[in-house]
Amino acid sequence: MTMRRLFPIFGLLTAVLLSYALYEALVAAPTEQTMGNVQRIFYYHVPSAWTAFLLFFINFVCSIQYLVRSNPVADKVTNWTVIAIAIAACVAAFVIHPLPEGMEPSSVATTGLAIAGLYFLIKKYFSRERTDALAVVSAEVGVVFCTVVLVTGPLWARPVWGIWWTWDVRLTSTLVLWLIYISYLMLRRFSTSGQTPVLAAALAVFGALDVPLVYFSIWIFRTQHPQPVIGGGGSIDPRMLHVLLINWLAFLCFAGLVCWSRYRLEILRRELEETQALEALLEPRSPR
Amino acid sequence: MNFLYAAYAATWIIHIVYLGTLVRRYQRLSKEIAELKK
Amino acid sequence: MSKTSAIPSGVTGATLAKDLRLEWRSKDAINSMLFFSLLVVVVFSFSFDPNAEESRQIAGGLVWVAFLFAAVVALNQTWARELRNQVLDAYRVSPAPANSLFLAKALGNFIFVAVLEILMTPLFIMFYKLRALGPAWQLLPIAALGTWALVVNGTFFAAMSLRTRSREIMLPLLLFPISIPALLAMVNATTAILTGELSAKFWIVLLSTYNVVFTIVCLLLFELVLNAE
Repeated sequence: MTMRRLFPIFGLLTAVLLSYALYEALVAAPTEQTMGNVQRIFYYHVPSAWTAFLLFFINFVCSIQYLVRSNPVADKVTNWTVIAIAIAACVAAFVIHPLPEGMEPSSVATTGLAIAGLYFLIKKYFSRERTDALAVVSAEVGVVFCTVVLVTGPLWARPVWGIWWTWDVRLTSTLVLWLIYISYLMLRRFSTSGQTPVLAAALAVFGALDVPLVYFSIWIFRTQHPQPVIGGGGSIDPRMLHVLLINWLAFLCFAGLVCWSRYRLEILRRELEETQALEALLEPRSPR
Repeated sequence: MNFLYAAYAATWIIHIVYLGTLVRRYQRLSKEIAELKK
Repeated sequence: MSKTSAIPSGVTGATLAKDLRLEWRSKDAINSMLFFSLLVVVVFSFSFDPNAEESRQIAGGLVWVAFLFAAVVALNQTWARELRNQVLDAYRVSPAPANSLFLAKALGNFIFVAVLEILMTPLFIMFYKLRALGPAWQLLPIAALGTWALVVNGTFFAAMSLRTRSREIMLPLLLFPISIPALLAMVNATTAILTGELSAKFWIVLLSTYNVVFTIVCLLLFELVLNAE
């Protein structure tokens, strides 16, 4: 099967990319003026965060799909909603002036189209049951990457700003997202119901609705109690941006590899469970 | 500087530990499949 | 076949009345909860012994943490009685809409937790010598909104936890992360009123938004949880 041959090739490519990205981050990238070498943590911290958010978003899409695909009406409504979101994003990108800080029209439109693309791609290539497998995979790997973000964040903050933690919007939202997905994984592990995927999908929906509320609540908190901003925005040196993107690409490939492995493991585990269940049914009952 | 190396090391330790759990789960699964085949 | 209806009918009222009547007659849950609330207040008072000035800063947080623990203990018992008598199966096959049951349960829990809060508050005021420097009347809507925020999600997650091992610990595991924005709002709103330094307006708006969003989501998704065997 070509998949089996593809995996080691992809693995090798990823290893090369990661090594190159590491070199770029530690050696080739210019040293930051104010923060010094510690700033290089940024090249691992930010790509991990973006990857984690992408994975959690994939989990959200899979959860929605698992919930609606059982009902043809809900399914159709959701399809059209996703298309509407994509169109709205494209329209808003070119109609709203001025856009909020940091947003380009092209990126808003691309994001909208990418969301719709991702939704329909998953729908096409994954059956309902496999969508659930993908949900587990993306949640687990997402938690791993999120853990990296929460560990590297304080390690960066401490030497630069003197504090390990602060309740700013991004850090707190990331922490809450991590907590929500750990509770998601616990639910999946401890559930004895035959309908675990449904319950977990419902929890993912709760989580997705919660995150913007967390963001907003911390924003209010910060306007009332101003505190230091960590890893502030602003423009970035193009050479640094280049290194950042290389590292992101490398970590994305790595995440892809890990998800692929985890997915194969999950499918295998499910097949084994089904076979065991079947065996138990077919076994002749011992005479009492 | 130490923080920089600590951060990079921590990242890879976390990833390697996770991959380790995947490998262990896979081995356990293979063993169960082998038993089933008997 | 969907059994959700937009406006739950007399079934909600009947279920709610039944729950309240049962609770009043047996009084087992109420008595243990009352004692638990008193214990919580006393233990907290031993742990934090500030003067009147400082107490206003931290009382908001303390009070709501105490309410949160009391609510969790109350919620864990929510479905226990139903499970014992296999009432849930009867609900599943009856034509009553699923969210009527949910609403009844949530309202029952709300009343239950509200009673506990009413009993705990004077104790807190006494132990911490609390006095509100801001508009004290605003504390009532904050308390009501905050309690509903905890109870609506709590009732939903309690139902979810029924189908898990270690169900008592599962409820707080699921509830706490999701409740963080609401908890932040409750605590900060209460502190704002007590210290009188800031306006609680934004927090009340946030709490209301949270309540609207999650009440709708709970009502929509409850049927799935009820039918999950």
